[in-house]
Amino acid sequence: MSNWKWDVFFDAFPIIIKGLYITAGLTVASFAFAIIFGFVWTFLRRVPFKPFQWLVIWVMEFIRSTPPLVQLFFIYYAFPQLPVIGMTLSPFVSGMIGLGIHFSTYISEVYRSGIEDVQKGQWEASTALNFSTYKKWTKIILPQAIPPTIPMLGNYLIIMFKEVPLASTIGVIGILQLANNYGAKTWDYVEPLTIVALLFLLLSYPSAVLVKKLEKKMNRNFSKNNMFEKSS
Amino acid sequence: MIQIVKPIVSYKNVYKSFGDFEVLKGIDLNIAPGEKVAVIGPSGSGKTTIIRLLMTLEEPTSGDIYVEGNNLWKMERRGEMVPANEKHLREIRGDIGMVFQHFNLFPHMTVLDNCTISPIQVQGIDKEKAKAYAIEMLEKVGLGDKLDNYPDQLSGGQKQRVAMARALVMKPKVMLFDEVTSALDPELVGEVLEVIRGLAEEGEMAMILVTHEMDFALDVADRVLFLDKGVIAKRGTAKEVLQDSDDERLQGFLKRYRS
Amino acid sequence: MGTISAIRDIFPVLAQGIEVTLLILLASAVFGYFMAFVGGFGKLSRFFVIRKLSGLYIEIFRGTSLIVQLFWLYYALPILFDIHLGNDFWVGALAIGLNYGAYMSEVVRTSINSVADGQREAATALNMSSFQQMRFIIFPQALRMMLPEFGNYLIQMLKATSLVSLIALKDVLYYGEIMRSSNISMAPTIYLLLLLFYFILALPLIFLTRRLEKMSKKGVASQ
Repeated sequence: MSNWKWDVFFDAFPIIIKGLYITAGLTVASFAFAIIFGFVWTFLRRVPFKPFQWLVIWVMEFIRSTPPLVQLFFIYYAFPQLPVIGMTLSPFVSGMIGLGIHFSTYISEVYRSGIEDVQKGQWEASTALNFSTYKKWTKIILPQAIPPTIPMLGNYLIIMFKEVPLASTIGVIGILQLANNYGAKTWDYVEPLTIVALLFLLLSYPSAVLVKKLEKKMNRNFSKNNMFEKSS
Repeated sequence: MIQIVKPIVSYKNVYKSFGDFEVLKGIDLNIAPGEKVAVIGPSGSGKTTIIRLLMTLEEPTSGDIYVEGNNLWKMERRGEMVPANEKHLREIRGDIGMVFQHFNLFPHMTVLDNCTISPIQVQGIDKEKAKAYAIEMLEKVGLGDKLDNYPDQLSGGQKQRVAMARALVMKPKVMLFDEVTSALDPELVGEVLEVIRGLAEEGEMAMILVTHEMDFALDVADRVLFLDKGVIAKRGTAKEVLQDSDDERLQGFLKRYRS
Repeated sequence: MGTISAIRDIFPVLAQGIEVTLLILLASAVFGYFMAFVGGFGKLSRFFVIRKLSGLYIEIFRGTSLIVQLFWLYYALPILFDIHLGNDFWVGALAIGLNYGAYMSEVVRTSINSVADGQREAATALNMSSFQQMRFIIFPQALRMMLPEFGNYLIQMLKATSLVSLIALKDVLYYGEIMRSSNISMAPTIYLLLLLFYFILALPLIFLTRRLEKMSKKGVASQ
């Protein structure tokens, strides 16, 4: 450990921490993209036409089981080359779309489980009350399906935060890229990378604990609701 | 009743608490070899805890339990009594067997393997001999044709009979029954009680039955203990406790179970 | 557009990296599963120090990014610890294995914990030692619950192998990047081929995982 240099550590720290805005910003942006796009998948899967459902399921499976890194490269390098639809996207937007789409396939599963957990009686009741499809979803189903999924969504926010540094490979200058730049200039890589690791740990560990607490709290509330359902 | 024989199991002033809740408050009890004892009482009275302490599934808060004169939960080390280690517990509890309310069969093993795993691995009995004896016991409980089935292919009554065979192959001197019929559908209770009755008639094994089946207890048990709020509130022959007692709480309890 | 001929040109180049991708996956998986049991059993240990150390390992590797860990190990192992693995291949396998090993430690721990208490009690009643209880009763059932999760994580590890191109290991993505940097117009074909390649590798794992999921529901008493 004799090669550890504290002066490098303290020199690099203020430089790297500036990248936190970009890293956090891309996390929020790609997460927002994912939670919106997740709905798209969820509803595409409900289109009452089997071959189409099948297609959607396999497209999702394809996106889920191939590396997000390659997907980022595709959007950043290949997308502008495509005829007609192709256009150049900034690294940040590429990162937002790439990570957003990748994780939207996971988040769509979260929604699906939330919707499936809404009791059958609720569907029947909203049909019996002659709600329109739009009203049924916005007034009855989604308000019940989404809250229980919030801890899971919180988990995905943390997971995506940890995936965001992938975007440094297409030139998003977050904390990882700043550390690499620092290393390229000074040949001191270890200290700046340690700073990056520490920042991730400091931000993600407490968040994970928080989500776990939320999960416990929600579970309790949720089971209370269920008991209420049964007895009433 | 004066006991001339040395008890096989004895409890000496045994207490057990879970957190702030005192489940057992000073249990004194001797059980003779071959004796059949039924333990009855309202739920939460601590009757299951009594046998779980003997099976080493729970540790008493204070007091001592002896099996054939050996202290179960304490052992001697350099002239001092210290809490028992696993080796000591295993030496003593080898004489005890138990059948559970929820069967607790091993779902990843066949019926036969459920009944041979411990004789082979714990007692070191030869594989073929263990198999032969397990088959004998399974036939005894009427399941000689289910050897290669998995537990989830059996009915509740069949599962419980396998659980009994599994306990029997260990040749325990004391067998504990923890409400063995209360998780069964009513129409399956009879077949399980029949097996227990058969075992009781053979006589050599002591049995402690925690049960809600009052008529069965009256029929099979030499002695009945009525447990209430952590103490043995009434003890005597089955007839004394179940028929002749005028204890108010006991009567109230019996009324609820005999409707 | 001559896509067919483009594929004919690109495919052989990418194929040069298949071996490295597969070997990295194999090495990371073996190491990852090993660490999963070390971390999972460590967290269940009756010794305080072992529990804390396992917890530290799990939280550090789950709390930071794989890509950060990969770079960190790449630079820190030789500089800080004077550890020279001789080949960056092992840095890649070590990073992926340690990272997913940490996640899978939790799988091991929760699977063991979710075997019903009654199983241990029945084993105690049959006078098994703690070790025998784990070996014959708890672990075989817990393993059935772990396997589908292990399958899922194998797909995750396959995806993660693409990162080793960033430390200049010559996997399929590495060769794709070389070609793309020399001819950007080929980028769509290159990346589509790469995505297809990963997907084809993932397919059997997807089916395997689904089967394991079905199988895991049998022969297990869980709480």
